[in-house]
Amino acid sequence: MKRNLPLLITFLVGTLIIFAEFIPHKPFGNLSGGLETWFMIISGFAILLGQLNLIKVNTIKISRKAPNWQYYIICIVSFAAMVIAGILWGTRDQTGILKNSQGVVSWLGLKPFDYFFKYFFENLSATMFSLLAFFVASASYRAFRARSLESTLLLIAAVIVMLGRTTIGSWLTGWVPESLTYLHIPQVAQFVIKYFQTTGQRAIMICAGLGIVGSSVRIILGIERSYLGGK
Amino acid sequence: MIMKLFEKLLAIDRRIIFILIFLSVAIPLLFVIGFKIEVTPEVENVYELVDSAPKGSHVLISFDYGPSTKPEIQPMAEALIRHCFRNDYKVICTALWPMGVQMCMEAIDEVSPDFPNKKYGIDFVNLGYKAGGLVTINLMGRDFCSAFPTDAANTPIDELQIMDGIKNFKRLKFIIGLSAGAPGLKEWVQVGHDAYGIPLAGGSTAVQVPSLSPYVNAQKQLTGLLGGLKGAAEYEVLINHPGSATKGMDAQSIAHLVIIIFIIIGNIGYFVSKKNEKKIS
Repeated sequence: MKRNLPLLITFLVGTLIIFAEFIPHKPFGNLSGGLETWFMIISGFAILLGQLNLIKVNTIKISRKAPNWQYYIICIVSFAAMVIAGILWGTRDQTGILKNSQGVVSWLGLKPFDYFFKYFFENLSATMFSLLAFFVASASYRAFRARSLESTLLLIAAVIVMLGRTTIGSWLTGWVPESLTYLHIPQVAQFVIKYFQTTGQRAIMICAGLGIVGSSVRIILGIERSYLGGK
Repeated sequence: MIMKLFEKLLAIDRRIIFILIFLSVAIPLLFVIGFKIEVTPEVENVYELVDSAPKGSHVLISFDYGPSTKPEIQPMAEALIRHCFRNDYKVICTALWPMGVQMCMEAIDEVSPDFPNKKYGIDFVNLGYKAGGLVTINLMGRDFCSAFPTDAANTPIDELQIMDGIKNFKRLKFIIGLSAGAPGLKEWVQVGHDAYGIPLAGGSTAVQVPSLSPYVNAQKQLTGLLGGLKGAAEYEVLINHPGSATKGMDAQSIAHLVIIIFIIIGNIGYFVSKKNEKKIS
């Protein structure tokens, strides 16, 4: 029952959605709308589940003194700080339990949740993403080699696109006469993106689409059961 | 002699590369060079789509990104909002990412001082975040109220003047999706454009451009695309309001150039060492 009931629900819901796509009349049309609302409710609960999971996973690691367990404490404390700040003082657009937060706002300049978001979270996130530039530079210096014909082609295309996506590209070929604008590096880069790259990308997307259809049919028919926890 | 030099260069400490990248980004940010920015057709198409709507049109901008990609996408958001405000459009903002709500308000805060007559609830609104991605867009397409019964400040959307007569996507002139991943622009193409036929354009991070470029096609699934900081800078050029993207382009260009120089040096070293190995054997 524990396994068969979810399989039955999946089969019924999946089949109904497919029918509703082809028969937009009653009761199918309304049913699909109702199921979409359900999906949004479940998505909301999934966020809550994710938060509970975050607390559980980190607490276990702290209690077992896993390697670098101190960082998990920072994670939980940061999470708690954001939640408490949100509940007590609310956010910019919403009021919290302590409705009148004038004192805090005049002290911090913002509500605590917004303050944490703007001055901690935003900067930390941007820093994490920016670090990529350093690793890309180091990795491309060591690994981007013209070892074969394929890697040479990739290397040439990459350099053209990199130059074309910057202002240096137009600066380097700015002297090329108007009649030969197709030789401008940005134009060449655009050509590589529009034809070579897009063609490859389309093939990948079509294959991925077919893969999604295949796995969806497997899920609806109960052949693919990994979503039930791998049983 | 040359061989030794290349051997040394190939074994260069990664920290030296990091310092050079840091300097190549920091120096142009401090001392702006002002390289000329060429506008590409993809960006021009976005500009024309935004510019072609009549005064008072309702448009939707979706903030589907977070702070990590803010340096690339926020300048696009600011330039687009500025353009919409200049043309007197009614801007409806939504978010498929939780952090998009803050991104939206920060973009509006940045632009608002130049448009003091624009009022919340009349000229623009932040409907906030809703989980669900593709399904949320579908619900919005049928009935805004089902997806967003209230705005980000918990005001019922029926009470907002800007939402008068806006029941679903039908009366929207266009949708702009600013996206850094999933859910984002792909979902807007699949539902917003393909299912509801609303003109759609967007902006994304530079790394996302390859996966989105197939949608910029003859069917105009995406009318145009602002790709990364360059896309944002090009848009700033078009609206004649240079901002943080235009400033950042010098830094990005020099950093790219430094990476390319590293790649060239690395390859020369590789070929020299290969030649030397052959000689020895």
